[in-house]
Amino acid sequence: MSSTDTTAPPATSPPPLQRVGRLRQMADFYATVSRTAVQEQFQYRAANYMYMIGMVVEPVIYLVVWSVVAEASGGSVGGYTPGGFAAYYIVWMLVRNMNIVFTPYGWEFRIREGQLSGMLVRPIHPLHYDLAYFAGWKVIAVLLWIPIAVVLALLFPPELSVNLAQVATFFVAIWGAYVIRTLLLFVLGMVTLWTTRVAALFELYFTAELLLSGRLVPLDLMPDWVLLWVDWLPFRSTFGFPIEALVSNLSGPELVRGLVAQLVWIAVGWALAMVVWKRAIRRYSAVGN
Amino acid sequence: MTTTPPSTHGLARPEQVRRRDVVRTLVGVSALNELQYRVNFFLQLFQSLVALATAIAVVALVFLYTPTLGGWEPWELMVVVGVHTALGGVIRSVIQPSMQLLMEDIREGKLDFALTKPVDAQLLVSLRRITVWPLVDVVVGFGVVVVASTRIDSATVPGALLALVAVLLGAVMIYCLWLVITTGAFWIVRMEHVAELFNGLYQAGRWPIGLFPGWLRLLFTVLVPLALAVTLPSEALTGRAGLLAVGGATLFTAALVAFTRWFWRLGVKSYAGASA
Repeated sequence: MSSTDTTAPPATSPPPLQRVGRLRQMADFYATVSRTAVQEQFQYRAANYMYMIGMVVEPVIYLVVWSVVAEASGGSVGGYTPGGFAAYYIVWMLVRNMNIVFTPYGWEFRIREGQLSGMLVRPIHPLHYDLAYFAGWKVIAVLLWIPIAVVLALLFPPELSVNLAQVATFFVAIWGAYVIRTLLLFVLGMVTLWTTRVAALFELYFTAELLLSGRLVPLDLMPDWVLLWVDWLPFRSTFGFPIEALVSNLSGPELVRGLVAQLVWIAVGWALAMVVWKRAIRRYSAVGN
Repeated sequence: MTTTPPSTHGLARPEQVRRRDVVRTLVGVSALNELQYRVNFFLQLFQSLVALATAIAVVALVFLYTPTLGGWEPWELMVVVGVHTALGGVIRSVIQPSMQLLMEDIREGKLDFALTKPVDAQLLVSLRRITVWPLVDVVVGFGVVVVASTRIDSATVPGALLALVAVLLGAVMIYCLWLVITTGAFWIVRMEHVAELFNGLYQAGRWPIGLFPGWLRLLFTVLVPLALAVTLPSEALTGRAGLLAVGGATLFTAALVAFTRWFWRLGVKSYAGASA
């Protein structure tokens, strides 16, 4: 099996020119798929907006509750004032949107409807398709987020002071978060090829993610014994870190450390995805005419 | 039904179909349908317990930093969590499934099949689909309320009875809200995202609505009556609200029921169907 997976022909190794050609092809593929996603999703801008408004409620609830707590305990809690929480949860919305990737529940549909068969005959790994498609969708999500962020900022005045390093880190980190989450949920979705009873497993994963990523509450507020776990799990890299990069005054080394953690998780996620995919796809069989 | 002479045809005498029989049949069929999938019970139980654990974790986290939240003590807040869970179970098992079916039928023009039946159409569309398993949440939520009540000094038996009345009113209010929104599908066809939106808004009910700033409090009282449906029962149980408040909620519910009935009829009138 492994010998057929190498792309190099047995006789001659590919000249360097061909490698550049492949990279360019890949770039072209990503550009085309993400452009298609933009066009496709722009048709459903009203539906997309409804979806986002539904999404506003969650951070507003957290924001209100923690602001009340901050005021009750003398103006700030864990270093966050109500204005600090406002900044956290407004940026939260953008990061939440960057977190939307192909759902692991979707694999059941892809298998049942035979979509996976179609993906297998394409000369490109399905992971690339998902990465490119949802990346394009993000363009719409960010555009729709801006007016919501403005309204939220008027209702809940945020306190925010940023420097260039923070902004730069933020823009890299949100894409890092996106890639990590895509990879991990791809691996999780692959479980569907072994068993169709996946709901409980997915539920556990999403609950752990909710509590340990910084989505529910800034991780600084978590007790120390929880933070011990957080350092060994990928969730902070996918949610809390990008927000903190912008809103809590992290030092230069802290920013770099966060980005390195993201790189590590991308490497781990990629390796896992490749290994699990190879094993999972052997279990796949399709029936057709 | 049993006394109906065989010669009368059902369609000619619509009043002959008794409401009670209709309700019993609809609920029975739905229940039998669902009971086929027994493993789903364990899945639902698992999901309910995970959700409850998460809610407890959040409450614990909040009280790590403050002794009371907007005047609510930890166990009192657990009452709110319990009521929210139980009512959520009612919504997901009795209210939401039928409303989503109704939305689908309006969009696809299949509502004719329901409208032509010799029963009150509102009754029929409101009970056509019931999912049994989310009722686990009702049991779990009720359990949380009972456990929490034993730890609260201000909880009394009259308060508990008032709370029960208030929560029933709350269920009716939420039903009305759902039906009004769904009826909107007669004019605006694409309403699927409304479910998403409602579930998002409903999450706010896990906290006493008094915590929210004024404009949101108004929204959660009049537009999406979480303040009355979830917070009020909790307030009644913990001795914060009395007969007067529950009486007010009763009037509000009555008005809402009347409005919903009127709005539903208005919607049906503008239904064109999809038949050729």
